[in-house]
Amino acid sequence: MLEIKNLHARIAEDGTEIIRGLNLTVNAGEVAAIMGPNGSGKSTLSYILAGREDYEVTEGDILFNGESILEMDPAERASSGIFLAFQYPMEIPGVATMEFLKVAMNAQRKARGEEPLTVPEFLKRVKDVSATLQMDMNMLKRPLNVGFSGGEKKRAEILQMKLLQPKLCVMDETDSGLDIDALKIVADGVNALRSPDRAIVVITHYQRLLEHIVPDTVHVLYRGQIIKSGDKDLAADLETNGYAGVIGEAA
Amino acid sequence: MDVRTQTQNTPAELALIGAFDERLSELPGDGNVMLKRDAAIEAIKAGLPTRRVEAWHYTDLRRLLAKVPAYDDNVRAEPLKPLLEGASVLAVLNGVAGKTPALEGVSLQPIAEKLIDGSYAPALEPQGNDDAIGALNAALVSDGWFLDIPDGVSPDRPIELQNVQAGGQVHTRFAVKIGTGVTATIIERQAGSAEALVSSVDNVVVGDGADVTWVILQEQPETVTHLGQFNAWLGKNARLTLFVMNAGGKLVRQEVRVVTKGQGAHFDLRGVNLLAGDTHTDVTMVLDHAVPHTGSRELVRNVVTGKAAGVFQGRINVHQPAQKTDAKMACNTLLLSDEGEFSTKPELEIFADDVVCGHGATVTEIDHDHLFYLMARGIDEKTARGLLVKAFVAEVIEGLEQEPLIEALEEKLDHWFATHG
Ligand SMILES: Nc1ncnc2c1ncn2[C@@H]1O[C@H](COP(=O)(O)OP(=O)(O)OP(=O)(O)O)[C@@H](O)[C@H]1O
Ligand SMILES: [Mg+2]
Repeated sequence: MLEIKNLHARIAEDGTEIIRGLNLTVNAGEVAAIMGPNGSGKSTLSYILAGREDYEVTEGDILFNGESILEMDPAERASSGIFLAFQYPMEIPGVATMEFLKVAMNAQRKARGEEPLTVPEFLKRVKDVSATLQMDMNMLKRPLNVGFSGGEKKRAEILQMKLLQPKLCVMDETDSGLDIDALKIVADGVNALRSPDRAIVVITHYQRLLEHIVPDTVHVLYRGQIIKSGDKDLAADLETNGYAGVIGEAA
Repeated sequence: MDVRTQTQNTPAELALIGAFDERLSELPGDGNVMLKRDAAIEAIKAGLPTRRVEAWHYTDLRRLLAKVPAYDDNVRAEPLKPLLEGASVLAVLNGVAGKTPALEGVSLQPIAEKLIDGSYAPALEPQGNDDAIGALNAALVSDGWFLDIPDGVSPDRPIELQNVQAGGQVHTRFAVKIGTGVTATIIERQAGSAEALVSSVDNVVVGDGADVTWVILQEQPETVTHLGQFNAWLGKNARLTLFVMNAGGKLVRQEVRVVTKGQGAHFDLRGVNLLAGDTHTDVTMVLDHAVPHTGSRELVRNVVTGKAAGVFQGRINVHQPAQKTDAKMACNTLLLSDEGEFSTKPELEIFADDVVCGHGATVTEIDHDHLFYLMARGIDEKTARGLLVKAFVAEVIEGLEQEPLIEALEEKLDHWFATHG
């Protein structure tokens, strides 16, 4: 489903290379975990997948269902089924959350040639999903993410993900900032999305999340490259021994 | 008044003077009114204000007013569908007051009648030498509406004043006296269908303890010169919220002149300027805090696209007796094109020592991170920008706290974005 081939990317503004020849394949039905020390390029990779303009791909390619997405803008990528749950969701004053959800859902439906949702249908979906995430609907009357607590922002990201039903879910440290109960709720929400035609990429620092969302593959990202891949045992190994060993091996 | 010969007048000035001479016999008014008109046209003969006149520094009317359309008596204007359902509509159609509606408890009279009987003569006096709009309007005003809302009689529905042009020249007045303790919502529509020169002057007296929301919605075509002036005097504990939305016009100047005359009075100015094309729009406010314990808030938000130019001048005079004045002014601009511009000039003249006064101005562009976030959810760029621009001005509208009014104005916003965004 996702093939990243020899990807090199730099910060558009100053030319600093962050991703340095990264290769990664994630198949449909797979849950892949990406781990790696702070500053290794995990968020950068997720932004590049989503099409953020701040980064420039200088070499290599990203294929989604066999087609390069490099020429697509973020909206086109999203409509084709790529979703990024942000590490730091942005606060957007003045844009009501409900209005935003409706516009986003209908924009994606339109791109797929589907009719817009009726208002009752839309409300029902939002209500149902918020209930599974134990979110208060009143929160959604507020401007998008404005004044949401750290945990509420993360839940709101998962709410969007569940409403938009993407094919490729990229979750950047969705677990950080969540309390233990919320972690369980979010993990259940993600597990419910697991399906043979969907791939999930979980970026995390912690084994704890991976106990709830058990990954099929685990990849270590270091200095802009995947330096080691393995199964869920690799995550457990990193939890006990840290990155030093893996980095040493690769050097 | 400085003496200049006719040959020094610009073509636009000559056209205005010519229109005056031509219309004089038809303009309503008794002897006193005619004397006021004669005096007022002298100010135009002396020349329209240029950038050397401080109040007109950013809007050089003499240079910008290139063309003055001739009167057109063959056109007919139709009343507009009111902004709020059920509103009582008082229309002025191409310079002539329309039918008198039933408006319980409120006395109504076309201004033409008050010009003919002379009772309106004192109100035609321009406010000083730089009051070009007041002078032009005094010279040529043909009609309008006078409303007297008695003490304690709050109208049970919104009142909508419509100044609708169908081409040529239109010079209108609205004079509204709002009694003690009255709560009222008044919508003023400035609109039309053709190339025109419009002047429109409001004189509003807000009685003690009255609470008034006044909305000026200017949606002229991009071929119109619109010169508006809103004058208000606030009594004790009176509240006035003036909402101004400019969403049209080629050359627009909307003046706001407010005096807090009674203690405890409060004035709110909420402005939205939606600027597009090759247009020039100026909102100039002069606010006098004349007595102790009065307050004001000004919040103006501007969206600038195309080659549009905008101006906000906000002058707050805190007079020596006006201790405990609390005034805060903010002007924020969202610049969406490299060729657009917006000039902001806040001025605080403070002669009292125990006051809280402040002002701030910002110019920003669309936040790229916000745009990315919205697009990352599948919202195309144009729609995403629209959402962010709307968010920028929506706050000004939402502060009006009247749900049907907010909805109606947001619809106007959406309409503007759909045609200009
Ligand atoms: N727009 C940017 N401007 C400047 N530096 C950037 C930018 N984006 C990324 N970087 C730098 O690139 C490196 C990788 O950052 P990135 O956020 O991808 O790391 P990460 O692996 O997600 O780290 P963490 O685990 O702390 O979230 C860091 O050194 C970061 O400072
Ligand atoms: Mg990160």
